[in-house]
Amino acid sequence: MKLAYWMYAGPAHIGTLRIASSFKNVHAIMHAPLGDDYFNVMRSMLERERNYTPVTTSVVDRNVLARGSQEKVVDNIIRKDQEEKPDLIVLTPTCTSSILQEDLQNFVERAQIDSKGDVMLADVNHYRANELQAADRTLHQIVEFYLKKARKKGELPEGKTEKPSVNIWGMTTLGFHNNHDCTELKRLMADLGIEVNEVIPEGASVHNLKNLPRAWFNLVPYREVGVMAAKYLQAEFAMPYIDITPMGIVETARCIRMIQKVLNEQGANVNYEDYIDNQTRFVSQAAWFSRSIDCQNLTGKKAVVFGDNTHAAALTKILAREMGIKVVLAGTYCKYDAEWFREQVGEYCDEILISEDNGEIGDAIARLEPSAIFGTQMERHVGKRLNIPCGVIAAPIHIQNFPVGYRPFVGYEGANQVVDLVYNSFTLGMEDHLLEIFGGHDTKEVIHKGISAESDLNWAKDAKAELNKVPGFVRGKVKRNTEKFARERGLSEITLEVMYAAKESVGA
Amino acid sequence: MTVAEQPEALTFECETGNYHTFCPISCVAWLYQKIEDSFFLVIGTKTCGYFLQNAMGVMIFAEPRYAMAELEEGDISAQLNDYEELKRLCLQIKRDRNPSVIVWIGTCTTEIIKMDLEGLAPKLEGEIGIPIVVARANGLDYAFTQGEDTVLAAMAARCPNKMIESEKDERNAIQKLLNFGQKKEETDQAESVFVDHPPLVLFGSLPDPVVTNLTLELKKQGIQVSGWLPAKRYTELPILEEGYYVSGVNPFLSRTASALMRRRKCKLIGAPFPIGPDGTRAWIEKICSVFGIEPKGLDEREAQIWQNLEDYLQLIRGKSVFFMGDNLLEISLARFLIRCGMTCPEIGIPYMDKRYQKAELDLLEKTCHDMGVSVPRIIEKPDNYNQLQRIHEIKPDLVITGMAHANPLEARGINTKWSVEFTFAQIHGFTNARDILELVTRPLRRNNNLKDLGWDKLVAEEAQV
Repeated sequence: MKLAYWMYAGPAHIGTLRIASSFKNVHAIMHAPLGDDYFNVMRSMLERERNYTPVTTSVVDRNVLARGSQEKVVDNIIRKDQEEKPDLIVLTPTCTSSILQEDLQNFVERAQIDSKGDVMLADVNHYRANELQAADRTLHQIVEFYLKKARKKGELPEGKTEKPSVNIWGMTTLGFHNNHDCTELKRLMADLGIEVNEVIPEGASVHNLKNLPRAWFNLVPYREVGVMAAKYLQAEFAMPYIDITPMGIVETARCIRMIQKVLNEQGANVNYEDYIDNQTRFVSQAAWFSRSIDCQNLTGKKAVVFGDNTHAAALTKILAREMGIKVVLAGTYCKYDAEWFREQVGEYCDEILISEDNGEIGDAIARLEPSAIFGTQMERHVGKRLNIPCGVIAAPIHIQNFPVGYRPFVGYEGANQVVDLVYNSFTLGMEDHLLEIFGGHDTKEVIHKGISAESDLNWAKDAKAELNKVPGFVRGKVKRNTEKFARERGLSEITLEVMYAAKESVGA
Repeated sequence: MTVAEQPEALTFECETGNYHTFCPISCVAWLYQKIEDSFFLVIGTKTCGYFLQNAMGVMIFAEPRYAMAELEEGDISAQLNDYEELKRLCLQIKRDRNPSVIVWIGTCTTEIIKMDLEGLAPKLEGEIGIPIVVARANGLDYAFTQGEDTVLAAMAARCPNKMIESEKDERNAIQKLLNFGQKKEETDQAESVFVDHPPLVLFGSLPDPVVTNLTLELKKQGIQVSGWLPAKRYTELPILEEGYYVSGVNPFLSRTASALMRRRKCKLIGAPFPIGPDGTRAWIEKICSVFGIEPKGLDEREAQIWQNLEDYLQLIRGKSVFFMGDNLLEISLARFLIRCGMTCPEIGIPYMDKRYQKAELDLLEKTCHDMGVSVPRIIEKPDNYNQLQRIHEIKPDLVITGMAHANPLEARGINTKWSVEFTFAQIHGFTNARDILELVTRPLRRNNNLKDLGWDKLVAEEAQV
């Protein structure tokens, strides 16, 4: 048992659901108790999704506990097959089904007999994998399933596309800025004259998976999701994959050079050097920014970076290499993939922290007193408590991290966005300190509205106590409205009764 | 044919139970705030923890007095000793927070692996010197607000039986402090405003301002509230003796009610719940009638409240409301909204205790007849998929639903109100009636603001094959 207040990565089934609900016309059925379908709430809330989340539950209740699921799961799969006519139904185990040890594979096989669509059991163990590992695994599983199926039916298309083409991996629902990244990568590919063969899994149809091998190479921008599938395609179809995250000017250039190499090996004869040079020096603002006086002022400032592998590693490199900021600590919660992280950031930071315990990170931040933090929502709150500004760079995230405006993190526009994020975090911190030195804003006193804050009215003790229970940000309004109410009625004392009466009449 | 002349009676149906609701462990989010000296330990998995941290949003950052005892593979396969593990964590909690009570929330996992929490608690309690209350608020058995019911039912057993003399002073100490400066006669005089009636204890967790408000409403009728289950602090749980009267303030407290009746031998006053001015009035009247008190001034009071609501009533009169069902407040809210002039084709509800909610159901039926509208279908354990078909068919003016369906429905031009807000807003008593309507009318007011823009349907309709 572990005492836990907070977790960075969710349980395994969340990963599976993120993959399943990213595909078009794929439905997931969770084998879970009532209330475990909060994934639907997260998706509907955070992504402001307009469509019903294609996830339902085959409810595990007392009866299931006593007698087993029996026909229930099979019936639910067949029902969903008829109602929604999905191409694929993914039966998703949860922590509950992990311990019940029912033969879910058997249910899937039985349901498949009567279903028009395909049925599959997500092969993830709740106690062995977290959200990210499960997502990677499920994506691999679906890809493998459809490629094997196509091969068996002899439907695998022959050869490559005429022009150089790419599959872009790892774009999922609830992924950090994934939709913007996806647009930016497509734009980058268009600039490079590369056709996008498939984007997987967001918005993809399972029918198109058989076309995957037609691409010249696979691009896996995120470390967490897509690597397994890319390795599978490499082994089965000898497709090269590129797993350099194009985040930051230097890494974007490195990624493009790798693409050039991979394409030229297949006879494309492309040269992207001029493009990289033009983008770096003149189109993107990030390189110029790092030479500008603003950025000079950031030299040697201390920062702490924490997040998932992809973003924490990329940010660490950007801060240290492209902005001259001193990263005193870089950390990740992807414990299962810690070696990769150490390798990536080893030379760019003073200290590395691999931990899933938010307390440990909070303590480290308090000890190091950086000028800015780049982390998850949790670090943002640590920053609030310690009065250190924080830029959010990785999940777990809140609704404000699903911006409506265009905010990629990858590519050249992504580099611009990161510059703004970093710079804004630091200046805010500077401004804060200056204010402190010069005694704060001089307009701190609230200018009151009409009725004076100190009044002639007498507040009874109990009413005053009640007023103090009203949340601070509306207390002034309640007080003013109540007093206005009392004054209009010529009351000199405000009792609890008067307070309620005021609320009842004017909604004070 | 003669049947048609009979007024319609309520009908109850039951669907598949395939609906969205919150897991009952969510009750820790409001109970830890209500019971200030408590610590809630949820014994479960990452799934439970992720739910709490996501569903409860920012509250998690305020150093909450709740945590997960996250079970690992070794716990499931019994390679680790449950007792030793729990002892280690509870000692850690005692050291860091020193609470007056630790509440263990049993989850689906502890049920399935049959972890004997009720058996372990008394033993560990003796060893560490902090009371441990066990509530099995799991998704196998319960929905959302029923979590509070399981906790309060367990707390009911901990309420002191008779006051021990030495403790009396101690308990009064805080009272004395509060009365500091007041003369003794004044306090005595204050007591005399009450009619002589047997002790009454109310149950149900409400924010303190609402507690004060309802207590005051009863005081106006000369009724003294001897205590609330739960109180602000665990150490202030009310005394419960045999023969005390109890009354529930929320519709989802049926287990607590039966625990109070069967185990504490209290008498339950079955009344409609004080939600909406009609409900509040019926609630007070019922309590008065049990104590043989003639209620005073309720007519004018209720009329006054309705009058003050008129601006909101104009917005909803004649409109229809559809409850998908997820928090058990549905019957009371529907009853209130029908009295406001709305129609209600369907009330979905997770679980319907017809005995505990009898008075409320009767009032609902009466309200429908009074207002001349047909009675709603009450659907227990609804099936969300079927409900969505019905919603798209009848196009209600307002759907009260969980967040999972709210945005998709809005995108299809159907107004929604998020049901969970009713659990967290102050909705009890005369004073808060306006707050309920504030919530209910919000989507309609939004529509009035945006009405001429012509973009109420914002989803690409897929070709129906």
